[in-house]
Amino acid sequence: MKKYYGIILVVIAVLAVGIAAWALTIQEKELLVVSTTTSLYETGLLDVLDHEFEKIYSNINVTFISQGTGLAIKTAQGGDADMIVVHDPAREKAFLEGGYGVNRKIIAYNYFVVVGPAEDPAGVRGLDPVNALLAIRDAGREGNALWVSRGDDSGTHAKEKRLWIAGGEDASELRDESDWYWERGSGMTATLAMVNEKRGYTICDMGSYLNNYASGAIDLEIVVEAGKDTLNVYSAIACDPRHPDLKNVIFNNAIKFIEFLVSDQVQDILADFGIAEFGQPLFNPAVELLEENTDPTIVSWIRDFAFIDGTECPTDKRYEAGDLSFLKIAALPTMIRREIFN
Amino acid sequence: MTAEIVDGIIKAFQLLFSLDPTVYTIVFRSLYISGLATAMATLWSLPIAVILAMKNFYAKNFIRSSFNAFLGMPTVVLGLVLFLLFKRTGPFGIFELLFTPLAISLGQAILITPILVSFITSAIESINMELRDLAKTLGSTEIQASTAILREAAGGVTLAVIAGFNRAFAELGVAMMIGGNVHGRTRLLTTAIALEINRADIEFSIALGVILLAIVYAITITINYLRRR
Repeated sequence: MKKYYGIILVVIAVLAVGIAAWALTIQEKELLVVSTTTSLYETGLLDVLDHEFEKIYSNINVTFISQGTGLAIKTAQGGDADMIVVHDPAREKAFLEGGYGVNRKIIAYNYFVVVGPAEDPAGVRGLDPVNALLAIRDAGREGNALWVSRGDDSGTHAKEKRLWIAGGEDASELRDESDWYWERGSGMTATLAMVNEKRGYTICDMGSYLNNYASGAIDLEIVVEAGKDTLNVYSAIACDPRHPDLKNVIFNNAIKFIEFLVSDQVQDILADFGIAEFGQPLFNPAVELLEENTDPTIVSWIRDFAFIDGTECPTDKRYEAGDLSFLKIAALPTMIRREIFN
Repeated sequence: MTAEIVDGIIKAFQLLFSLDPTVYTIVFRSLYISGLATAMATLWSLPIAVILAMKNFYAKNFIRSSFNAFLGMPTVVLGLVLFLLFKRTGPFGIFELLFTPLAISLGQAILITPILVSFITSAIESINMELRDLAKTLGSTEIQASTAILREAAGGVTLAVIAGFNRAFAELGVAMMIGGNVHGRTRLLTTAIALEINRADIEFSIALGVILLAIVYAITITINYLRRR
C-alpha cells in the first residue's frame, strides 16, 4: 500500500504545477470589466465589439456584465467595473457628480417606440408618446387595454416614468391599478414576451424590438413611432480611479475601450449592425453626427436630451482623457454658435 | 459589503415589525399559492405513493426511479415547459392561465410531486409490511389496510409534505416564468427578491430573504413540535 503514496503524491504535484501554470497564463492578460445594459447585450453587438477589441489589444480580456442601467451603475459604484455603457442621461449626470465617473462620450443613439397588438384596442396609432400612454390608461381603466411596465429601474423604465410624468401621472401610483397596469420587474425580452401573450402595450428600445420581432418571438407592431420624446442615447463613462471606492479600477484600459468605441472602425460597425438581418441598423453611430452636425434636427434633440450642462462631459469631469475630445454647444450648429456669441 | 449585509438584516426586522402592507401582501400571497400547491400535490401523491409502495406491477421500478430522477428538476426547465403549454397559442392556451396565481400553484404542485411521492413511498416501505398482512388477516379491506399503514407512516408523510411546501415556497423559476412577477398580482417573495437585486436595492433583497428563511424555519419547527406531542 505504501508504495502507492509516492505515486499519488507525484500525480498531485504534477497537477498542482499544471494548474498553477495555467492560472498564470490567464493572469498575464489584463482585465477590463464593462458594466452595461441588457438592451445592448441582448442584441449581440457587444460580442462583435469584444472580438474586434481583443484583435487590437490581444493582452486585454474584456468582460461584460449586462444588467439594467440602475444596477449597472451600482455595480460600477461598488468598484466592480472599470467603465459603464448606459442609456439614462439623468443618472449618468448623478454618476459623474458623485465622483464615480470621468470622460463621458456619447457613442450611439436610437429610439424608443410604443409597441402593441395590430388591432390597437386603445386606438393610439398616430398619437404622440405622452397622449398614447394616456389613451392606453383610459382604455385600460375601461378594461380594454393592458400596459406592461419594465418596472426594474432600467433606462427604459426611467424613460417610461418620465413620459407618465409628462402626462401628469405617477407610475408608482399607477402600478397599484393592477387591472390594467402590470409592473413586470424584468428585462426587455421577458417583458415583450408577456406583452405579446396578453396583447398589451409597452415601451421598448428599437434594437430590442427588431431583435425579438425578427426572431419570431413577438408579432407586436410599432404603434407610436420614433421622435424627439422617445430618443434613446447611449454613453460610455470611465470609472474615476481617484474615488476612494474605485482604487482597483484599471483606468488605462477603460480609456482604450472608450477610444475604441468612438473610433471610425466601431462607428462603422454600428452603422452596419443589424442591416443584413433587420433591414435597418439597431443603433445609429453618434460621433460623426455630433462632430460634423450632419443632421441638425437630431443633433439638437441629442443636445437637449443627453448633454450635461451644455456639453458631452463637463470640464471638471475630464481626466487624463488620452486622445478623447469632448463636444460642447459651441461645436454645434452655426446658428446656436451665433446665439451664444451675439 | 459587510455594512450592506448588517443593514439588510436590520431592515428585515424593521419590515417585519412595521406591518408594511406591500411586504405582508407578498408574504400572504406566497403562503397561499404554495399552500394550495402543496394541498394539490398531496392529494394526488398519496395514492400514487401507496400504490408504488404496496403493489407489485410491471414497470414499477421504472416509475419509482423516474420520480427519484425528477427530485432535482431545475425549476426554470419546468417553468419553460409550462410556459409553452399555457401560452396563448399553446395546447392549454384557451384557459388563459398564464400570469395567474393558479398557474403558479399548478406549476409548484407539479414541481413538488416527485418529492412527495418519493418520500412518502420510502416512509411506507419502512413500515413493517407484516402490519398490512396482519390487518388483512384481521379482515380489513384494501383501503382500510392502506389507511392503517398511512397512519403508521404519518411521521414520514408529514416530513414529505413540509419538504414539498418548503421547496414550493422557496422556488423561483416557475413563479418567474409562468407567474410573471406582476406587482399586485403574482409577485412572490422569491420573485420580489430577484427583482430587488435587479433594482440594486440589496438591503431590501436581504430583508426579504431573511423573512423567507424565517417563515420556512418557523413552519418546520412548529410542525415538528406538533408531531412530537
